[in-house]
Amino acid sequence: MAETQMSADGLKSLARYMDQFEDKESAIIKVLYEAQHIFGYLSNDVMLFIAEKMDIPAAKIFGVVSFYSYFTTTPRGRCQIKACMGTACFVRGSEKVVSEFEKQLNIKRGQTSDDLKYSLDVLRCVGACGLAPVIVVNDKVYGKATAADVSKIINEIQG
Amino acid sequence: MQKLSTYKDLADAYARLKPLMRLREESAQGEITKRELLVCGGTGCQSSRSQELLNNLTAAIKGAGLEDTVTAHITGCFGFCEKGPIVKVFPDDVFYVEVQPDDAKEIVEEHLKKNNLVSRLLYHDPAHAGRTLARQHDMDFYKKQERIALLHCGLINPELIDEYIAAEGYLGLAQCLEKMTPADVVAEIKASGLRGRGGGGFPTGIKWEVAAAQPGPVKYVVCNADEGDPGAFMDRSILEGDPHGIVEGMAIAGYAIGATHGYVYIRAEYPLAIARLQRAVDQAKEVGLLGKNILGSGFDFDLELKYGAGAFVCGEETALLRSIEGGRGEPTSKPPFPAQKGLWGKPTIINNVETLVNVPKILNRGAKWYYSFGSEKSKGTKVFALAGKINNVGLVEVPLGISLHEIIYEIGGGIKDGKQFKAVQTGGPSGGCIPASQIDAKIDYEALTAMGSMMGSGGMIVMDEDNCMVDIAKFYLDFTMEESCGKCTPCRVGNKRLYEMLTDITEGRGTMETLDKLQNLAQVIKDTALCGLGQTAPNPVLSTLKHFHDEYVAHVKDRRCPAGVCTALLDYFITDACIGCGLCKRDCPVSCITGEKREHHSIDTTRCIKCGACANKCPVKAIVRK
Repeated sequence: MAETQMSADGLKSLARYMDQFEDKESAIIKVLYEAQHIFGYLSNDVMLFIAEKMDIPAAKIFGVVSFYSYFTTTPRGRCQIKACMGTACFVRGSEKVVSEFEKQLNIKRGQTSDDLKYSLDVLRCVGACGLAPVIVVNDKVYGKATAADVSKIINEIQG
Repeated sequence: MQKLSTYKDLADAYARLKPLMRLREESAQGEITKRELLVCGGTGCQSSRSQELLNNLTAAIKGAGLEDTVTAHITGCFGFCEKGPIVKVFPDDVFYVEVQPDDAKEIVEEHLKKNNLVSRLLYHDPAHAGRTLARQHDMDFYKKQERIALLHCGLINPELIDEYIAAEGYLGLAQCLEKMTPADVVAEIKASGLRGRGGGGFPTGIKWEVAAAQPGPVKYVVCNADEGDPGAFMDRSILEGDPHGIVEGMAIAGYAIGATHGYVYIRAEYPLAIARLQRAVDQAKEVGLLGKNILGSGFDFDLELKYGAGAFVCGEETALLRSIEGGRGEPTSKPPFPAQKGLWGKPTIINNVETLVNVPKILNRGAKWYYSFGSEKSKGTKVFALAGKINNVGLVEVPLGISLHEIIYEIGGGIKDGKQFKAVQTGGPSGGCIPASQIDAKIDYEALTAMGSMMGSGGMIVMDEDNCMVDIAKFYLDFTMEESCGKCTPCRVGNKRLYEMLTDITEGRGTMETLDKLQNLAQVIKDTALCGLGQTAPNPVLSTLKHFHDEYVAHVKDRRCPAGVCTALLDYFITDACIGCGLCKRDCPVSCITGEKREHHSIDTTRCIKCGACANKCPVKAIVRK
């Protein structure tokens, strides 16, 4: 019940957001941003809602969503662990750190744990190469991370 | 600040604000009565708690009753990211490194109150053991640098328009509007020799000239801030440290080509850069430096931010335009070039962040001045992001034509942990690897291309003896394969095949024939792909094949990875250092380790799955990979 209420409110505010754009086509990416911000991910229902409201074919909306890695069509975990796999982090051993996360959380990169607690993603360069390898959890940055730090980081985000 | 409606208003504002820079420009003479502290507020240093440090400094200054004579604020990236967070004290010109939030009190008590340097926070010069250096320009890292694009980074507070104007900001734009015709501006940029800093190196003035010559009232200026090269953070630092520089550069470009609207296409992964740039745009609008009738000249210009959504191909200009229009960022073939037919079919110029930030400085100080830096065909300076296995990771700006040796050994301080320098990768996934044998090469657009790499946006990743070059090529192919938009076949299918071949080689299934096929296919993709991404994707493979052929041969002929990286080609051995504790034996998931307590253990390499659990457990590091 609470969830349906939340999504009804969410759709209402998304509709208001969409209304401000005159040229709908060029606003697609901005609208999808807002939608993902509200709902956490872009479900089929949300994409269909946007398509209908903006009078743009749903296939086009889906085409945009699937093209950009920022958008996700599956729910993400509450703790979003993102490991930088830019070149600077890679040559300083980020692969080992990611593998350790996979081992300890028992999920692969790109996946979310069944209890929606963690998701693990790799991203391409956050631009903090001086701190390589870099792990970003929600918005907190852990620099110069090693495989040995992984359990410490997991403990910290649990607490 | 009140609205600036005429050229004179801006000139007056500059005269009034100029004293803000006084402490930072003059070195201290006699007794110091006032001080300013600048704390690095770039993404790297903020990740190391520089905001908390600034808060502590402000509190400590107040606590010591110094708030009337000392101020502390943030600034853009100093570039020395390896040693961040950095605090610089003016006018003493003292440079503190690796400052923690808890150090704030000591800086205030010792330095500000008693005029004693906190020597434990000074830079320790590794070249002269034990010597500490207090001043920035005494450090090897800074000696050979020439900061033009990064001029304001580490000098002004990027969040305040007053500071930008005090540092001669917007004077370049004002001069254009007051004294120059659009054609004069184009001519000035042409004469400066400025070339695109995003990778291609196309002369900026010529691009502007083509767009200016197009008929029609609607044209666009686009700033490409979709810095996607992994390991490159030049543009991010400029956006964070000098956002008004981008606004001014774009307005000048708009005036030159006759555009009234501009877009900044910026990566969503750069939240701090977005916030600072948006703030700069809002401030410029508020004082009338963006909007209608700028400084009473009749020139209108407005700016809008568009967010990228994580697609590397959008750094390619035609793909970027499709993304701004709201669709999938798929490239289109050229011609028509964007300068003729770009955004919504209108003439559009697309310039990179670093290119644009140079523009106001060129207008301010003249084309001749800019032209005096650099090599014969590559003028001016270039910002490089030094990263990887190098001692001084950071952002450096050097005159083009400098040698690789100077960058890596003098500025960069050499290779980490005294290891052997093997190669440097420039140009990101589109570039190539330059081997150690070419260390004396001069760095400019032509020289890098001749070596099978490219300038790219300026990433420089240093590799040492522990990096396997086949593995590096595979890493880049993995990247381009993921980021290929899928529109053209050579890129979509070809790069996938290249990746598969590289996987075979690193896992011990490659033959000499694989190497031939690899070379062939790479060349075909280079010749036939639609856009810049596809055409340059094979560069990492081709350049490593050329310069590190032996290493490829070792993988396929001897089934050996000389750098000890490719796990499938390695075996674990227990050396004589073994103390027979049995920890490895207990942890081996496939029970392939045998040995009696207190006696030398050994690994059955035929059953070993190479998980490395034993090596991690060994208390005396007696288990090695060979």
